[in-house]
Amino acid sequence: MKMSYFPGCTLKNKATDLDVYARLSAEALDIMLEEIENWQCCGGMFTSSNDEVATKLSSVRVLNSAFKKGQDLVTVCSACHNVVKQTNNAMQTDSEFASKVNNYMGEDKYEGQTKIYHYLEMLRDVVGFEKIKEKVVNPLKGKKIGAYYGCLLLRPSKVMAMDNPENPTILEDFIRAIGAEPVIYAQRNECCGGYVTLESPNSAKKQSNRVLENAKANGAELIITACPLCLYNLKKSGANIPVVYFTELLAEALGLKEQTND
Amino acid sequence: MTNKYSVEEIIKRSGANPLKCMKCGKCSATCPAYDEMEYHPHQFVSMIADGDIEALVKSDSIYRCLSCFACVERCPRGVEPAKLIEALKLEVIRKKGQNYLTPNDIPNMLNEDLPQQAIVSAFRKYTK
Ligand code: SF4
Ligand code: SF4
Repeated sequence: MKMSYFPGCTLKNKATDLDVYARLSAEALDIMLEEIENWQCCGGMFTSSNDEVATKLSSVRVLNSAFKKGQDLVTVCSACHNVVKQTNNAMQTDSEFASKVNNYMGEDKYEGQTKIYHYLEMLRDVVGFEKIKEKVVNPLKGKKIGAYYGCLLLRPSKVMAMDNPENPTILEDFIRAIGAEPVIYAQRNECCGGYVTLESPNSAKKQSNRVLENAKANGAELIITACPLCLYNLKKSGANIPVVYFTELLAEALGLKEQTND
Repeated sequence: MTNKYSVEEIIKRSGANPLKCMKCGKCSATCPAYDEMEYHPHQFVSMIADGDIEALVKSDSIYRCLSCFACVERCPRGVEPAKLIEALKLEVIRKKGQNYLTPNDIPNMLNEDLPQQAIVSAFRKYTK
């Protein structure tokens, strides 16, 4: 099955692991990810105000490229996913905003038709966790993994609609599918400190530390995330626990990781 | 002061309605940036509802919000405080010379591990 793919800026730079393992694993699961041509950065954060138009055009162009190919769109970075999905929702629900956007789009009008999957939703809803279980050759047996959702995958839940925003299970189900054991902890959907890390690193450190100490206290040995900024903040927090992208563990469980080590 | 701020514009662009607030304080209770703020989410809401924003526009608190949307998700009245904070912040940084972050600030903030995402996100939130 072919799907359009929007990697986003950070996956081409600091977060190449998130991207490389995502592509490799998708292929092994019979999904062909076709990268959108000439995409631009989504801007990293959605601006909720309805008179912010120009800052949302790059997302609309990505959505429209997928629409014109007749494909569903896959994202893997939590932030890109949040921005693109919220932009699509604004195109569907706010006609004044949509008409302002379409003034920029020339002949290429867009009305919010594209269906967007976060990579995790693709695993759950398109591939199916049962099929992943069957394809696992290297189960991560006995590994106690804390899923870190952060904010962007789940909120606002009315728009993101990925999972229950206060008691999500998609990452835990993923962890079970690759043969490991999920650790549930209260802070898994609280903020890592986000972009505030740039000008106020200590405040981000405090937020991330609170998350990781809580995960450790509940027995986690390893943390997984889908967001490069979460990974950065968690790693800089000073809490002594490894943090990796969920796609890396997927590739490992599918026996694909060795291929990339040369 | 020559810059005039419009409460009406702020509310309109936010798409939120501060008058629905029942002053329960849950938004502030759940806010991870609470300790960093001089004015807290429930105060943002009531000050905007009262049209009394002079202190807010001068406060650093508008740059402490993480856009984590916890307050939006958990407000029992669907007020969406973060959208009001964002709309207010735009009112400030859209005025000439009031960007909170400029490209000149960046070199001193860089380190080898910093993801591009951190920089573009901060510019989106702090700069017009
Ligand atoms: S949680 Fe909602 S109703 Fe309660 S104080 Fe905050 S904005 Fe008002
Ligand atoms: S969105 Fe901002 S105000 Fe709301 S809980 Fe998060 S940090 Fe606090």
